[in-house]
Order: sequence, then structure tokens, then C-alpha cells
Amino acid sequence: MIGRHRHCLALEDFSRAEILEVLDLATSMKEVLRRPIKKVPSLRGKTVVNLFFEASTRTRSSFEIAAKVLSADALNWTASGSSVTKGETLLDTARNLEAMRPDVLVIRHAAGGAPRLVADHVACAVVSAGDGAHEHPTQGLLDAFTIRERLGTLEGKTVAVVGDVSHSRVARSDLHAFRRLGAKVRFCGPPTMMPAGADRLGAEVHHDLRTALEGADAVVMLRIQHERIGDPLIPGTREYSRHWGLDARKARAWLAPGAIVLHPGPINRGVELSPDVADGERSVILDQVQNGVAVRMAILYLLAGGEPAEARA
Amino acid sequence: MSDAIFIEGGRVIDPANGVDGIRTVVLRDGVVAEVAERVERPAGARSLDARGRWVTPGLVDLHVHLREPGQEYKETVATGARAAVAGGFTTIVAMPNTRPVNDTLAVTELVLARAARAGLARVYPCGCISKGSAGEELAEYGELKAGGCVALSDDGRPVASSALMRRALEYARAFGLPLTVHEEDLLLVGKGVMHEGAAATRLGLKGIPGQAEEVMVRRDLALLELAGGRLHLAHVSTAGSVRALREAKRRGLAVTAEVTPHHLTLTDEDVASSGYSTDFKMSPPLRDAADVAACVEALADGTIDAIATDHAPHSPVEKDVEFDAAANGVVGLETAFPVCLALVRAGKLGEGRLVEALTAAPARAFSLPAGTLSRGAPADVALFDPGATWTCTPERLHSKSANSPWRGRTLTGRCTHAIVGGRLVHQDGEEHR
Repeated sequence: MIGRHRHCLALEDFSRAEILEVLDLATSMKEVLRRPIKKVPSLRGKTVVNLFFEASTRTRSSFEIAAKVLSADALNWTASGSSVTKGETLLDTARNLEAMRPDVLVIRHAAGGAPRLVADHVACAVVSAGDGAHEHPTQGLLDAFTIRERLGTLEGKTVAVVGDVSHSRVARSDLHAFRRLGAKVRFCGPPTMMPAGADRLGAEVHHDLRTALEGADAVVMLRIQHERIGDPLIPGTREYSRHWGLDARKARAWLAPGAIVLHPGPINRGVELSPDVADGERSVILDQVQNGVAVRMAILYLLAGGEPAEARA
Repeated sequence: MSDAIFIEGGRVIDPANGVDGIRTVVLRDGVVAEVAERVERPAGARSLDARGRWVTPGLVDLHVHLREPGQEYKETVATGARAAVAGGFTTIVAMPNTRPVNDTLAVTELVLARAARAGLARVYPCGCISKGSAGEELAEYGELKAGGCVALSDDGRPVASSALMRRALEYARAFGLPLTVHEEDLLLVGKGVMHEGAAATRLGLKGIPGQAEEVMVRRDLALLELAGGRLHLAHVSTAGSVRALREAKRRGLAVTAEVTPHHLTLTDEDVASSGYSTDFKMSPPLRDAADVAACVEALADGTIDAIATDHAPHSPVEKDVEFDAAANGVVGLETAFPVCLALVRAGKLGEGRLVEALTAAPARAFSLPAGTLSRGAPADVALFDPGATWTCTPERLHSKSANSPWRGRTLTGRCTHAIVGGRLVHQDGEEHR
């Protein structure tokens, strides 16, 4: 359980205390990752099934490593070559996997709400690893963790989230997590990439990168998906990177000295982020990857019902 | 005299005749014989005690999907007609998007034969605007009309071609048939699955702007002016459509419109609070609160003529899936009355206007011999207990499908009796007061 939650589906449903519970436990988990022998017995005998209907290397690997460090058995089940191609429904697939008695189902799916649908029909805990343009809760948590680690707190901070917000589940989870922790959130991108009612969700909407970065303590650069460019949101990546991409010159001119740069990956180098920023001193992108494992360990641990004393020992 | 029915003591609401008061309704030989304050009932004559009830003309629904032929696992003409009378609807219009579609006499006749065999609600088929509903060639309106079709529609999809729409309006004039249109610009809809707005953004679901409907409403009103004929706007859902409709009516165009109970009472926020329930997915989608308020206001002032359910049964095969993948549509015949009655209780709609929008107004829009208790009219009557509460469960619904946004909810108001052609075809088994 995380606070009141049996599942981890959407940060919109999480209170500040529930988010902090995960982040605090993730701090202990990160310590485990720094040990010479990265293995604790906390989830021995538990099974985590990764059910991925969309391609993903980093998130799936991150969940897999998190499960293994906690001594859980991890099974990866991907859509290609599976019964999905034979027309099996999501619920049938989930019920079949559930019959194998996993403790946690980790689901990534292209349809918003798919993990929720599964959660409503199975007995085990369900963790969303990203559903459509809805949420990517563990990404939101690891982003919050990373900012807190670098800046000490999110309270009173300003975070800009830049890119194709309309298609981004990361932007939504970041928004909910950052706001719950007391930060102000700015969304920035071309109007075609801004979802309807973003301001009503509590974000400050910008179309000009310079004003979005002004006074920001952290900036999350979202991946621009080449495959969506056919759906004419922007004329092309060249113009996009000129107006909304971040390079060293803009970072120097517009970002405060201590401001950090995040990216959920994978990066389109030269489109939303230039290599000199991605690899520069503001970048915390590789910290995010490591923190992702720690946060997912915390989530799996809390939902699979381990004993706190064991993990923290 | 022995086959007469005396419906006594009820509050008769018959807007077509300006009646609202305690009356006795006498039905004889399949027609309305008399509606009066004092009627002598001969000894032995059959009577229905209607005290505490509303007695109205049988309700008329211009927009029902009966799924037969082709998808009998969702609904059949018989089960749909059963659901209709259970909801007080004695006249329903069967939309043509069956499999195959109703673009030929054969399908029209099949629907009518099944309806006659069921012997419940009167079923009037609606034929296709285009052959195969493919939006390319005109269907044979003459044959469809001769077979019994009362309107034309490619419902479920818009008529994308402005040229075809123009010709359809023109050609239908020869047969006096109204065109009932599903207004959506599919390019603007794109992959949208719910109303575009903050709720869709929160859920991460692709949005459908209200303008996807409005650009087509405005196009068709312009074409109506060019081509003449009769246009009926199916399931109007936005404030912008209402504005266009109001303006067109003011200018005297031959346009009528309907709105569904769900578009009068639910919003896109209900999709969010339902937790992605596919019972809240339909086309057009549930709109925002301002759209709902505009639709209610337009219904109350008569800009929108009629309430129609867009009863669209689907099985768990289509609905127990991801929201993106789920079929559009909800059942509505058995919940329409109580759901709309809530608008009356909220002071947003008069009782007489509610009944008119469910009886005389839709009958007028499609020129149907229904929706009135005039002397000599068909003896189609519905009785409602406006205070009866009941819980909308799949077991209580007569439809084959239970894809209702009110599933599990307790509703107030229930049809207790339905009479078609002087025959009692539905009587509520148990009272739930």
C-alpha cells in the first residue's frame, strides 16, 4: 500500500504525504544501489510481471532491475509475438497473467486508462509504466526525486516542462507531482502541442521559451516524437529546435545559474536538446535513470507488501 | 364496448391538445375515443387506476439502434421494442446502420416484419441517405418510402461530401422525407474519443472539439437553404450548434433537432469521475457544462424540438476494453424518462414541455401519426409514476445490453404501463416507491 492506494496508476490521485512516502523510501533504496552487493531479500518469493504493450527499453529494464535488487522474480511479457497479435483482449491477457499469481503487474499501454481497466479486474497490485497520454507516474516520481535531491526541495520552486505537452504522459505526472510538493509548473511549447484546458489543470502556459525559462529552477525537456510530425503540429524539427529546443547559448542567456535540466529520454539530440546541454553541467539526465530504479524499488516494495525494517536494514 | 379501456384518475398531460389535468382517457377500437373530466364507465368495462400517475401519449423516439439485422447479440427488433415500451416509448424510429444497412426494401421489410411479430412498440424504419451508407451514391428513396421508411440517415457517420448532401436534400423533397444527420467533421475528430477540454487532458484521451459538430451543422444549414427539403439534426450536443440552429429557425428554415438525455445531464467531467468507464463513451461525446446548459435551455424554449435517446446497445465485447478501443453508444430507452424528469425537478424544464419533447414534437418532426391523445388518434398511451424510485441494473433492463451510464444508479420516475393500439403491452411488475 502507498497511503490509501493498492495500485500506482496516476499521481493525480496521490496526496503530498503519499508522494513523500515514496520519495523517502526511495532515498533508502538508492543507498542499497550504492552497496557493493546490490541485493536485499525484501521481496523474496514475490513475482513482478512486466506487461508491456508498447516498446520500451529503459522503463522496462528499470522495473526489472528494481525487482531483482529486491530479490523478486521478474518476468517480462511484451506484446510482439504474444497473444495480442492473435486478437486477445487486454482483460483476457491480464487475467491469464494474473492466474499465474504475480504480486505486481507493471503495465505500459498506448491507451490512456488501460492500467486502470486492468486494476479494476485483477486482485494483484498494478503499476502503470505509462498509459497513452495520461500518466507515467513512476517518471513523475523520479523527476520529483531528482529535483529534490539536487535542489533540496520543490517547495517554492518553479519547473518548466517544455515540448509536446499534449501527447506527454510525463508532463501530466510531473505537473501533479511537482504541484503537490509545492512547486509552480510552467508548460511551454507551440500552441499546437498544448492540450486544451492545461491552465485549468494548474499549469502556467507559455509559448515562448525565454519567458518559460525565466526564473525557472529546473526544466524538463520532453522528447519530440518524429512519428507525430505527420499529424501537423509543427512544420518540422528544424523550426522546432530553433524556437523550443534548448542549446548552450539559450541556457546561458535565459536560465538561472543553478538551474538544472531534466529529460525523460530517449533524447533526440539536436532537436529538443543540444548535446552540449545534455552532457553539460546542468544536466541531471543520468541521475534520473539511476533514481528511476530507486523510485521503482520503493513502489514495488510498498505495493508487494514487504517489511519496512528489512529493506531499510 | 367490452374492449374499451378507461384510464381513470390520472394526471393527463397531452401537450398536442393543451391538456394538463385529472382526466379519464377512454380507448376503444384501437383509437382514443375520449379524454374528459367526467366519463360514465359502463358496468364491466375495463379500467386502469391511474391515480398518482402521469398519463401521456405514448412516447416517440426518433433515434433508436435495434441492431437487427446483423448484430442480434446486442439487440433485436423484438428486444429493442420490449425495452421501448418498458420505457414508455410506443413509437420508435429504427436507424439504418444495421448489417447490412437499411438501404433496400428487403431490409426495411425485415425490420417491419420483426416488429409486427413482436407486437410491442410501433417501429418505423429510417432508410439510408447513401447506398451502403458509403457517402457516394444516393439510396433509392422512392423504394424506401414505399416500403415504410419515414426518414433518411447515414447515422453513425456524417455525409462527408457537401455535393452528395445537397443532392440528398433535393432528391428527398420528391418524397417528403426528412434527412436526419449525424454532424461530425471526421478530419477534425481525428482519433478523438471524448470531448476536448480539461477532462480529456487530465485523462490523456484525445479530444474532439465541439467545432467538429458545429462546422457540419453550419454547412448543412447552408445547404438546406440552397437545396430545400427538411433537415433534422440528430443528437445536438454543443452551444455552438444550438446558436446555429436558433438562427436558422429564426430565419424560417425547415430544420428540426433532437437532443439525448445524456447530453442534457452528463458532462465530460463525468467521463473522468467514472474512471474511464466506456459506458460514458458515445458519439457525439459528452460535452462541457456550458454546452449542457445551452442544450437544456434550447430544449426548454423549443429551439431543440425533441428528446431522442440514440439508444445504442453494445455487448461487453465492444465495451469491456480500453476506452480508446471501445464502441460509441449507450442504451437509453428505459432511462430516458427518469433522467429527463430530473431536469423538471431541478426547475430547468416544464412538465408539459418535457412531455411535448417526448411526444408531439418528435411526431411532428417526422410526420408520424403519434404523440397525441386527440380523438381518433392511435390508442398509444403511457403511464408514469413520477415518484417511483428504482435502481438501474442489467437485470431490470429489458434491452439485451446494459451499457448505460446510469448503471447502478437509483432513478426517480418509472413507466408503469404502456398501451399500443389499445393493447396493454407493458405493465411494471413491481412497484418501487
